[in-house]
Amino acid sequence: MNPLIIETAKSVIASSAPLVFAGIGEMFTERAGVVNLSLDGSILLSAMAAFAIAFLSGSLILGFLGGMLVGMLIALLVAYGAIALKQDQVAIGFVLTLLCADLSSFIGKPFVRKPGPSVPHWPIPGLVNIPVIGRILFDQDVLVYASYAVILVAWVWLFYTQAGLRLRSVGERPEAAFARGIAVNRVRYLYTALGGALVGLAGGGYSLSVKLGWSHRHTAGIGWIALAIVIFGGWHPFRVAFGAYLFGVLKSVGSLLQPGFPNIPTQVFQAAPFALMLLALLLVSGDREGLARRLPKPLRAIVQALLAGRPPAGLGKRFEQG
Amino acid sequence: MTWRARLTQIGVALAPIGLTLVMTMFILLLAGADPFEAYGNILSGAFESPKKIADIAVAMVPLLLCSAGMLVTFAAGLWNIGVEGQMIAGALMTTWLVESLTAPAGVILPLSVVAGLIGGALWGLLVGLIRTYGGVNEIFAGLGMNFVASALTNYLIFGPWRPPDGATMSGTDPFPPSAWMPLLGTTRASLVSILLSVIALVGVWLVLRGTYWGLKLRAIGRNIRAAQRLGVSTHRNMILAFIVCGALAGLAGSLQTTAVYRRLIPQISGGYGYLSQLVVLLSGLRAEWVPLVVFFFSAVQVGSPRLELRMQLDSSMGGILQAGIVLFFLLVRGFRERWRAPERPKEE
Repeated sequence: MNPLIIETAKSVIASSAPLVFAGIGEMFTERAGVVNLSLDGSILLSAMAAFAIAFLSGSLILGFLGGMLVGMLIALLVAYGAIALKQDQVAIGFVLTLLCADLSSFIGKPFVRKPGPSVPHWPIPGLVNIPVIGRILFDQDVLVYASYAVILVAWVWLFYTQAGLRLRSVGERPEAAFARGIAVNRVRYLYTALGGALVGLAGGGYSLSVKLGWSHRHTAGIGWIALAIVIFGGWHPFRVAFGAYLFGVLKSVGSLLQPGFPNIPTQVFQAAPFALMLLALLLVSGDREGLARRLPKPLRAIVQALLAGRPPAGLGKRFEQG
Repeated sequence: MTWRARLTQIGVALAPIGLTLVMTMFILLLAGADPFEAYGNILSGAFESPKKIADIAVAMVPLLLCSAGMLVTFAAGLWNIGVEGQMIAGALMTTWLVESLTAPAGVILPLSVVAGLIGGALWGLLVGLIRTYGGVNEIFAGLGMNFVASALTNYLIFGPWRPPDGATMSGTDPFPPSAWMPLLGTTRASLVSILLSVIALVGVWLVLRGTYWGLKLRAIGRNIRAAQRLGVSTHRNMILAFIVCGALAGLAGSLQTTAVYRRLIPQISGGYGYLSQLVVLLSGLRAEWVPLVVFFFSAVQVGSPRLELRMQLDSSMGGILQAGIVLFFLLVRGFRERWRAPERPKEE
């Protein structure tokens, strides 16, 4: 196979890993019925925190833990504001988006463009020798392998465990779940925290691996993409991951095409993913049946399966416990 | 009202400010800076001279216009995060007019205002259509359109509207003097802009309070299904809300080009669209409180660059103060409701 394609696929897989973490994390949060809208700010602040901690302590593990802690605390603040204080979760999430972005700029200033530690490359012995696939999937770093694990574990957890069933019932029909003895709001706190930790891991993934270092608004925009990918992915782990990889592919296609259009400023290419995000959302939210009817028969089922999915019925709705 | 209740009320009003000061103090100490020196710099940066106070008025104009617009969409229960893009669209339409029409100021300035209104309204219409007929949540619809608008701006600045001696990030060539809004004395403030923004806010206040359309919007915002059952055309009124909000935001963008920068620059919306979301939240969605909040936000905006000049701190401290106070406002409000809920079941 063409080595250029292999290299591109490899880099898409690597660069999408943080987006997989953030997307799956937010998927868990939303499956429980809470929207953590703060992702764009959370990723920035946790990326900054992870880099700063790893830079100061020299420990990557501490850096990642710090980033995850930051993501988790922000998420818990959203959950607390929404559940205990009964405020609009969209409002709190939006305010936190702006607040965390500014915090990352202010606190992160001393760390701008400092050379720092990075996650080492670690090909998996044996597996890396599989033709084509080995080079693409197993010639990466630990973070990327963790992203595979997160996708698989999320899928098993959600659809094949008791805990997953409880989670889904809390998001779909909180009253029924409560009647069955599930502590709805406790489950919501738990999965918002878990989702936040994964979002924080995504932040660390950028500053310590995919987009090394720290700069002003280092990852701006990514959080919104992650939120859109959860919708695009119909709240299903595989499709969320597919959305993340699709975004990676589109981005690398964009950067491959860019030299061919020297007259178009780079900013236009940088904005393209967001326009595509909007189109993708239109595709999954709009008139799916009408679209499917216009397609040739063999494609119909595939497209329908790909675009299926609806938000958990209790998403964003408050639950009054007793 | 008893003394105790009054004291509680004052406490509740001041608590967000106090908490924000505590939080920022902590962050400033963490950054190795003297908090009081920092606050002092922000204050003197905002109020030390009449010129600075005029600058506050300059910053207030786009915030007032965007907040006025957003009161309309919020009344209908819509999060118009696309205000930023609608500002840009107004600025683009105005620039297009100025680039293609040579006329005396008496003609071009009124037309530029109309162009701004139309540009923003069109962008608002698009967000409204995507929201209602496309079924995409308005947050993503608005956000996507923001990025499209800003890409379009860059394309135009580096493409068709490129200055003859090469495009740069500083924008297009300056507008001809006929397209300059007159300014007050030697300041950067324009009386026309200030008047337009005041009219917009008062107008929105009147429309939301005293018209049938305002009532319909509020009905949609409270309970969309019930409004529909009562015969309110929800799609049409929601789109209309987006158009009105977009028009006011577009006017803000237009005035940024004709009164403030006198050219089109890449970041013409300057984050005012996002900031005005905070304004409206801190005002509790009430028009009466918008002017005060806008004044405070604008003062912080004008004062905080001084942190960079005098103390080598990042001026994003201004944003931390603005967003922090809104966050604590929401949290304190929640605390108060939780605290007094059991004793007072149904009053007021």
